[in-house]
Amino acid sequence: MIYADNAATTKACPAAQQAMLDGMERFWGNPSSLHSPGQQAREALQTARETVARAIGAQPGDIYFTSGGSEADNQAIASAAKIGARKGKKHLITTAIEHHAVLHTMEQLSKEGYDITLLPVDGSGIVKVEDVAAAIREDTALVSVMYANNEIGTIQPVAEIGALCREKGVPFHTDAVQAVGHLPIDVTAQNIDMLSLSGHKFHGPRGVGALYVRRGAPLFPLIHGGAQERGLRAGTENLPAILGMAAALDDAVTHMAENNVYVSSLRDTLIEKLSAIPHAALNGDRERRLPGNVSFCFEGIEGESLLLLLDDKGVAASSGSACTSGSLDPSHVLLAIGRPHEVAHGSLRLSLDRDNTMEDVESIAQATAEVVNYLRDMSPVWKSLQRGERSYVIQ
Amino acid sequence: MLYSEKVMDHFRNPRNVGEIADADGVGEVGNAKCGDIMKMYLKIEDGIIVDVKFETFGCGSAIATSSMATELIKGKRVDEALSLTNQAVVEALDGLPAHKIHCSVLAEEAVRAAIKDYYDKNGIAYEPEQFCSGDCSCCHEHDHHGE
Repeated sequence: MIYADNAATTKACPAAQQAMLDGMERFWGNPSSLHSPGQQAREALQTARETVARAIGAQPGDIYFTSGGSEADNQAIASAAKIGARKGKKHLITTAIEHHAVLHTMEQLSKEGYDITLLPVDGSGIVKVEDVAAAIREDTALVSVMYANNEIGTIQPVAEIGALCREKGVPFHTDAVQAVGHLPIDVTAQNIDMLSLSGHKFHGPRGVGALYVRRGAPLFPLIHGGAQERGLRAGTENLPAILGMAAALDDAVTHMAENNVYVSSLRDTLIEKLSAIPHAALNGDRERRLPGNVSFCFEGIEGESLLLLLDDKGVAASSGSACTSGSLDPSHVLLAIGRPHEVAHGSLRLSLDRDNTMEDVESIAQATAEVVNYLRDMSPVWKSLQRGERSYVIQ
Repeated sequence: MLYSEKVMDHFRNPRNVGEIADADGVGEVGNAKCGDIMKMYLKIEDGIIVDVKFETFGCGSAIATSSMATELIKGKRVDEALSLTNQAVVEALDGLPAHKIHCSVLAEEAVRAAIKDYYDKNGIAYEPEQFCSGDCSCCHEHDHHGE
């Protein structure tokens, strides 16, 4: 099986697996305990915090471990909203292509009386800095813009937005779940006030993540209880997962430059090969995209059947079609970049990684071309396109 | 697995795929916007469906339900085919996930639309309420839940 769904999750790397075992074998004490096993666990926790902080240019004291990216997003946004409301600021800005962890949190706040601005993106999925500037008001409590998109891989102008928000005095959060461990990040230089990350997107374990919060920025707990994480995230720390995440992140950051050269060469080759399929279009920006992200729409077919047949051919991929999500509408991201519904249903995401090879790319491209042709042959939509009864959306 | 073995079998090896050039009845239901369209072709002799073919744009269960529907009506009398229910298609496939039931409704409606076309072409009288208006329940579902 060729695994090309690394944006969904990654396999824990050997360093992460070993660190997790250590977390259970050696550092099984409770970091809150005063005895030696507890204190050893506490030291391991502190080392992990330093590792995670270093990977994004932060201070260890600004890292809060969470259960994952979703919790980090929820806590960041809820905290900014709460402190904003105290100052009479109940306006939040985000984008139309955020992960649901951000969008649904915003929707909930909207029901609670907050005013939400959803910024549009251009055809390649990029948010315009001018649009952020124009949306900021006197009562804006937060700007939240994702670092890189999980579906189409587009990288946002985070440093520019960070500088703008700092100048305007508005807190800036970024959901960097897809970016951390894959792109160089420096929260200080990029003026990021809050950043969410998730362990299993860079070969660490799932069920663990972190929220970076710049010192001085307000944070409130979502989970109340013990004094863990400086009283801002109760619950005995999931140390095996935290250690696994730190080990994976250290490994990812250490080899980031070489990994990116390699993975982006795989990506570019795959994009080139899939572009040869007629009436296929790349989703997202050609240049400003995650090293491993390949996202396409194929006209005249539906994504779920494409995925299932690719799976039969030994390729594990993903799609933004409605059918794969269990919802009735296709991906909000593909709709936001202007893909009509019928084309958005025919989307395919292949997310490559350092474990993939050029042979994988060859096989993926061949399997995709075969499956697309097969499905088009039985598609009444494709037939009517070919007969000229309807016009192609993708030329 | 999301799907039963029967569904996967009909998805992987769909029966009766294609078109019938001189079909006696053709029905197309669904909407590309919703992500599934089914087109059904019938060849009818002496009131018997002697051949049936389908083309489908849609997910795994859309293809599987189309395939199963063609199997269930092939060789049957037209009035028998008209009584095919989506539930019969679901049962023949050993079940479908709840959010895929609309695919079986679409398959039933594709068969009915093709029969209606046959009736229309041959001047055979029928009660209009026997047939749906052409916009499928799938699409109504979308209208209600669309965001």
